[in-house]
Amino acid sequence: MAEQAVGCARPTGGPVGEETNSRQTQEQQNVKEEPTMIKVGKKAPDFTAPGYHKGEFISVRLSDYLGKWVLLCFYPGDFTFV
Amino acid sequence: MSIDSQFVHKMWNDHELTKMVEGGIPYPMLSDAGGKVGTVYGVYDEDAGVETRGRFIIDPDGIIQGYEVLTPPVGRNVNETIRQIQAFQLVRESQGGEATPSGWKPGKDTLKPGVNLVGKVWEVWQTRQAFD
Repeated sequence: MAEQAVGCARPTGGPVGEETNSRQTQEQQNVKEEPTMIKVGKKAPDFTAPGYHKGEFISVRLSDYLGKWVLLCFYPGDFTFV
Repeated sequence: MSIDSQFVHKMWNDHELTKMVEGGIPYPMLSDAGGKVGTVYGVYDEDAGVETRGRFIIDPDGIIQGYEVLTPPVGRNVNETIRQIQAFQLVRESQGGEATPSGWKPGKDTLKPGVNLVGKVWEVWQTRQAFD
């Protein structure tokens, strides 16, 4: 076991010895999926998500916030340093 | 929102963030297991299995007015985000009658776009206003 330096990106692992196969799968997916980047001035994609808020587990739907300003923030993970 | 479960959110809030923010995090901490929402918003990093620092300003009509995405090691500027929201709110309240030039913050001059302003911005706005 080797000690791993801890940065702000969440450390991840992955399967060992399946490199060739998984690459092929990725390439196939790349052909199928055309990545669509979010555009300003366009509708924010609606979603539901479980969450934690002031001591309670809740479920949030973005469209429930219509009529209010919303700041939606993504981050790499809890307990990351930044 | 991150790929962590709501249980981990609770632990992080209760055991660390409450020591940094009185009363804990005041807004919902959302869970996006598998990165499905992050994928739609273009901020899910499949290789790392996490979401990057994406920040979206969504107006009362559900329209995205702005976004910013950073890689993990660099944190955001909260004041700049608030400034942008204040600017978007002003523009919305003026129903497009006013625009906020570079460096605008509350109290500073806005521009009134229109036929009379064409070629005349230099008369009503100086470049130094972008920096002060």
